[in-house]
Amino acid sequence: MDTSIQTTDAPPPPPQPSPVEQKRAARGATRPGDRIFLGLSRGSGILLLVIMAAIAAFLTYRASIAIGKDDANFLTTFEWNTGLVPPEFGIAVLAFGTIVSSVIAMVIAVPVAVAIALFLTHYAPRRLAGPIAYVIDLLAAVPSIVYGLWGAMILVPHLNGLNGWLDEYLGWTGIFSWDGLAPRSMLTVGILLAIMILPIITNVSREVFRQVPRMHEEAALALGATRWEVIRMAVLPFGRSGVISASMLGLGRALGETMAVATVLSPSFTIQTSLLDPGGGTFAQNIASKFGEADELGRDALIASGLVLFVITLLVNGAARAIIARRKEYSGANA
Amino acid sequence: MAKRIDVSGLTAYYGSHKAIEDISMTVEPRSVTAFIGPSGCGKSTFLRTLNRMHEVTPGGRVEGKVLLDDEDLYGAGIDPVSVRREVGMVFQRPNPFPTMSIFDNVAAGLRLNGKYKKSELNDIVEKSLKGANLWNEVKDRLNKPGSGLSGGQQQRLCIARAIAVEPDVLLMDEPCSALDPISTLAIEDLIGELKERFTIVIVTHNMQQAARVSDRTAFFNLAAVGQPGRLIEIDDTERIFSNPSVQATEDYISGRFG
Repeated sequence: MDTSIQTTDAPPPPPQPSPVEQKRAARGATRPGDRIFLGLSRGSGILLLVIMAAIAAFLTYRASIAIGKDDANFLTTFEWNTGLVPPEFGIAVLAFGTIVSSVIAMVIAVPVAVAIALFLTHYAPRRLAGPIAYVIDLLAAVPSIVYGLWGAMILVPHLNGLNGWLDEYLGWTGIFSWDGLAPRSMLTVGILLAIMILPIITNVSREVFRQVPRMHEEAALALGATRWEVIRMAVLPFGRSGVISASMLGLGRALGETMAVATVLSPSFTIQTSLLDPGGGTFAQNIASKFGEADELGRDALIASGLVLFVITLLVNGAARAIIARRKEYSGANA
Repeated sequence: MAKRIDVSGLTAYYGSHKAIEDISMTVEPRSVTAFIGPSGCGKSTFLRTLNRMHEVTPGGRVEGKVLLDDEDLYGAGIDPVSVRREVGMVFQRPNPFPTMSIFDNVAAGLRLNGKYKKSELNDIVEKSLKGANLWNEVKDRLNKPGSGLSGGQQQRLCIARAIAVEPDVLLMDEPCSALDPISTLAIEDLIGELKERFTIVIVTHNMQQAARVSDRTAFFNLAAVGQPGRLIEIDDTERIFSNPSVQATEDYISGRFG
């Protein structure tokens, strides 16, 4: 106790701090530097919330104007005629196209990305892993319009063979039937999106796999696990939630991708049961191609469709978090 | 099941660095052999050559012979994976698989080795957990994650996991160095029981522990930093701690260096 070292000429005790000051002292924000930093960081946090709220409010306000004037059911209509009197428009085709193209992209990209990440972290010699990782990083740096041009000029003409093959062997399902039109279709868009989201999923997965503690891998090795069994026992379970997060980042990009889809897809307000037939559309593509020429109501309608995309993205993220949280006690975090 | 280990002329490298040089020794079945020596003398490296874990480290390679009964672990055509199924290992820090339940941790090695019926698995897991003196503490929560146990319990879980596959030899790399004294005592008691069934080799920094648990003790030392570690002597534990034949051993044991 410091009373023992007080001497007679010690200064009188300072006045009792007020309750507010006590509270502030307890939070450790008494020094000027701390106070400034606290203010800055708290301000940034609040600013973020304000911006989010402003975006949501703006979207909701403009969307409600458009939906109020919509003569058709906004969620189930296969039309986008904002110029009609009364106007009729709905997002059914856009929701379908957005989800289908993103699902195709995920189905293709996630396994490939995880395989690449495993190869880079556990199989490739170090001399090879560096350059490959660099090239994958470069893929992420390519602007999406370049992907779009490449997709429209190279990918579309070269997919005839794949489409013919799918039609021949899987055409009976209806999902893969093809009548020979240029494949500016959902499948092509999905493949293109898969290539575009591959780098982000690969990179995040690679970081996660690299962080698997050496001791977990050695535990598996010492039990007599082969390299693949080590991956199955120690690496994949540890990286599971990270891979889910990585996939969600990729999915976010796929859902919102605009230019590449708009360049490749031949849009129409119909739902094609076959993934190989041209037509359909996505939220972002539809907004990009219509926004420039839209009148006020048209813009509000497009904003309403953007709001739906926003909600879908939120739902997807929530679902991913729920999946991760469900097995939290088994995650590597508390090891 | 327990087998004799016969090492002759074993040298191990990390890249171009020679970590241990020309080690020869025999470890009898159903005995506990302790490796002692100052840090960096290569005891752990040597231990890891006994189940071919050394070569997992990038640049790790080995020259010499390790016979398990009559089979050379480094012979041509020997698969390191099958060696590790015969020679189990327990590590310095408890490392149960964090994503697996207690039951699955113990069953992990069994599932690698082949198909078992659910009832067989149940029996082996129970037997192994009993063998590791952990059964009574975890029998009501076998489906809970292994990472929720205390450090000492986790280490015994790792021992249960290692003995579940009935290895010939059990290697322990400073198994108590991350544990409190009570957990350490539990593991030491366990080692005494396990030597009825397994050949046990244990690396320890704690000389009292070596004296308490082992039948034979091997003292390792290195001439200078950067020099390879060598086996100075191996003898009955009683002799090593009372009347060692090499001066360096006596100096180390009496705390004059290291």
